[in-house]
Amino acid sequence: MELLPALLFLQSTLAATWRMATPILYAAIGEVFSERAGVLNIGLEGIMLIGAFAAYSTAFETGNLVLGLIAAVLSGLVCGLVFALFTVTIKANQIVVGAAFNMIGMGITGFLYRAFYAESGKVLSLKTFLPLDLPFLSSIPFLGEVLFRHNIMVYATLLLVPAASFVLYKTAFGLSIRAVGEHPKAADTAGINVHRTRYISVLIGTSLAAIGGAFLVLAYADQFVEGIVTGRGFIALAVVVFGGWSPWGAMGTSLLFGVFYALQLRIQAMPNVLIPYQFLQALPYLATLLVLVGLTKRRVRAPKALGIPY
Amino acid sequence: MEECAPESADQEFILRMENIYKSFPGGVQANRGITLEVRSGEIHCLLGENGAGKTVLMSILYGLYKPDSGCIYYKGKKLDIHNPKDAIRHRIGMVHQHFMLVPTLTVAENIVLGQYPPWKVLNHMEEVHERIRAMSDEFGLDVDPTKLVQDLSVGEQQRVEILKALYHGADLLILDEPTAVLTPQESEHLLKFLRQLADRGLTIIFITHKLEEVMEVSDRVTVLRDGRVVGTVNTSETNPRELARMMVGREVLMELKKSQTQPGKVIFAVRDLRVRDARGLEAVKGVSFEVREREILGIAGVSGNGQTELALALAGLIDCEFDEMRLDGQILTKHDLHRLHRMGMAHVPEDRQRMGLILPFSVAENFVLKSYRDEPFSKRGFLRFEAIREYSRSQISKFNIRVGDIEEEIAHLSGGNQQKVVVARELDRHPRFLLVNQPTRGIDIGATEFVRQQILAQRDAGAAILLISADLEEIFALSDRILVMFEGRFMGEVPPDPALIEQVGLMMAGKAAVPAD
Ligand SMILES: Nc1ncnc2c1ncn2[C@@H]1O[C@H](COP(=O)(O)OP(=O)(O)OP(=O)(O)O)[C@@H](O)[C@H]1O
Ligand SMILES: [Mg+2]
Repeated sequence: MELLPALLFLQSTLAATWRMATPILYAAIGEVFSERAGVLNIGLEGIMLIGAFAAYSTAFETGNLVLGLIAAVLSGLVCGLVFALFTVTIKANQIVVGAAFNMIGMGITGFLYRAFYAESGKVLSLKTFLPLDLPFLSSIPFLGEVLFRHNIMVYATLLLVPAASFVLYKTAFGLSIRAVGEHPKAADTAGINVHRTRYISVLIGTSLAAIGGAFLVLAYADQFVEGIVTGRGFIALAVVVFGGWSPWGAMGTSLLFGVFYALQLRIQAMPNVLIPYQFLQALPYLATLLVLVGLTKRRVRAPKALGIPY
Repeated sequence: MEECAPESADQEFILRMENIYKSFPGGVQANRGITLEVRSGEIHCLLGENGAGKTVLMSILYGLYKPDSGCIYYKGKKLDIHNPKDAIRHRIGMVHQHFMLVPTLTVAENIVLGQYPPWKVLNHMEEVHERIRAMSDEFGLDVDPTKLVQDLSVGEQQRVEILKALYHGADLLILDEPTAVLTPQESEHLLKFLRQLADRGLTIIFITHKLEEVMEVSDRVTVLRDGRVVGTVNTSETNPRELARMMVGREVLMELKKSQTQPGKVIFAVRDLRVRDARGLEAVKGVSFEVREREILGIAGVSGNGQTELALALAGLIDCEFDEMRLDGQILTKHDLHRLHRMGMAHVPEDRQRMGLILPFSVAENFVLKSYRDEPFSKRGFLRFEAIREYSRSQISKFNIRVGDIEEEIAHLSGGNQQKVVVARELDRHPRFLLVNQPTRGIDIGATEFVRQQILAQRDAGAAILLISADLEEIFALSDRILVMFEGRFMGEVPPDPALIEQVGLMMAGKAAVPAD
């Protein structure tokens, strides 16, 4: 490749990175809260799908993207209530309930989508959130394209991550969450309501996951497709682990994944590349894994009470 | 629940628990009509065998369990407690038998945990640190608020627990077996400290199995047995023998009968053993010793001088270096350490909850943890549950272990009964070499007597026994020879002559070494 096309290639890859990372990041940040409180929610994939569908149908019917987003949050809260009811109050196995959510999410959204949209003959696309070109900054060569021409939901992660970190590490509530996930009995004797803390953490988790799903239809693709989440929920789970259960760690890991994801999309689009596309699709997962295994020296331990009902 | 009067009839008591009943699913009646009266500003000891219901009673007071029936009056008024938050609000503090600290949080974070409304921003931790330091200085507790709890020793964690209760402004402080995990020096310090607190007007309920401590520190004692009150007495009007009788319901031998035996051939010997602790520092710095047939070798020392590492290394749980090691004439390599238990060694570990037991398993399963593969517990690869149950039942009655049902999770047993299960299992394997580390920690005097007799019986049957204990009295009562450990080395060897206790105390502090003869 010559210099200019190579630069352009790099520019477009990096520009896509943040966007690719965003839905994963929303879900992962939410999951950080849930897991820090000791509740493992592997149902992210299903909940993201439900969020995506809720956002899509609402935005499509009302023509209002913000209402779509609100609908996604509501659907996330409902999912969270059900999830917490089973895992916290009834003390059911968290893996089983999570797996059920994945299947239900897939089934329900698939069914509703076919029933109401797929064969309706309507034009199904939405007007998505448009990129906000930041004045001046967006015209900086290279950097402008990479950093300053994104839509609002992408920029919002810049607030989300520090806010999550602040709540988790600098507020009494965050302290309770961390205690509850580590040693719930100690938290209980300190006067913390363990169940309530877990409920709230689960709700934060599922509503952010739903927002992550909503991003896919409102700010990325412009319509719903069955199974649109394509494994991002599961990646978010891995991101939480590799990010050491911290918001900033989750951000770093999501971005890393985003780079590889954007890269493989671009390689796929290149003419006369002979690598089978299945292999390319697996690339971001493999590459992220390898990089992280290489990078992480300090082994961060999972919250001790993770997965254990109280 | 029956009706409780809104006010206590008797205002002399800061706390009156009246006719408390509590049973658990599985049929254990932990409390059967307990009435406990505590005067303001006194140190009130709660005494009773393992499983007598002390912890349950205090957990009810602290809002962790709901009583089946009964009334609680506190400061003259009927007290409604539904959770620990209520207890804290009423200025009741509790230091639990198994610590309630979050290891991954700092001391200060543990102390303020649960104290603020959720939205409170913790931007004032500096002030909290200052306040903790000030209190720590005032009470002489030596607590660093910025340290992570997981980096603290048990003694330090204990002080953090107490400071936590004081920080929350406790008027009534409950301490559940606080001295079980402390060194004698730390215990001594703690007792003095409790006295100071009581002199300032704090009321203290203190649970312990050590009668000397009861006699030293308390004003009054309430003795429980089998979930009932045996009686409440003034400490000044009683003596250890009477208390022991009240607890156990029979005379307790305070002295052990130890027969003279002639040690036989060397069973276990090690030369120049070196062990590093978790931080990579050398904790055992080249020690050599041998244990003979029909002999108990006692290792005395303030805990934290390498005994823990020594025991872990011999049990094959951490890495070590040595010149030579022999068991029963066989030369051992480092490799063999992992399978010593198959070569006739038994081990009663120091930390029953982490090493001796699998807490979510049933009592019966824990009994056969090491022998489930052997006849009669399994046959052709299948477990034989009837045999396991029968064996467990016989052990339970032999060791007098209080348990509702052998299928019960062992985590639900009282601390002392858990310890008895470990001891029962290990002693029943008739080991050639027996390593016992703090065998009577946290168990009541009746059981202590029993366990010690069992250890002596093993000796008389020919076992070589290495006994590690921070309890000097225990070391002197059981050992045939005593090695004193200080900073990873042996200071010298002494015979178990009671006249030498003083001297051993000095050696434990690293002060004087007697030439080993
Ligand atoms: N959560 C529980 N579920 C079932 N049984 C329990 C539970 N907690 C305690 N018990 C039972 O209640 C009885 C009293 O236990 P408790 O812990 O009060 O004893 P304790 O007097 O504190 O003994 P120790 O000196 O050994 O600590 C025991 O038989 C114990 O097995
Ligand atoms: Mg107890």
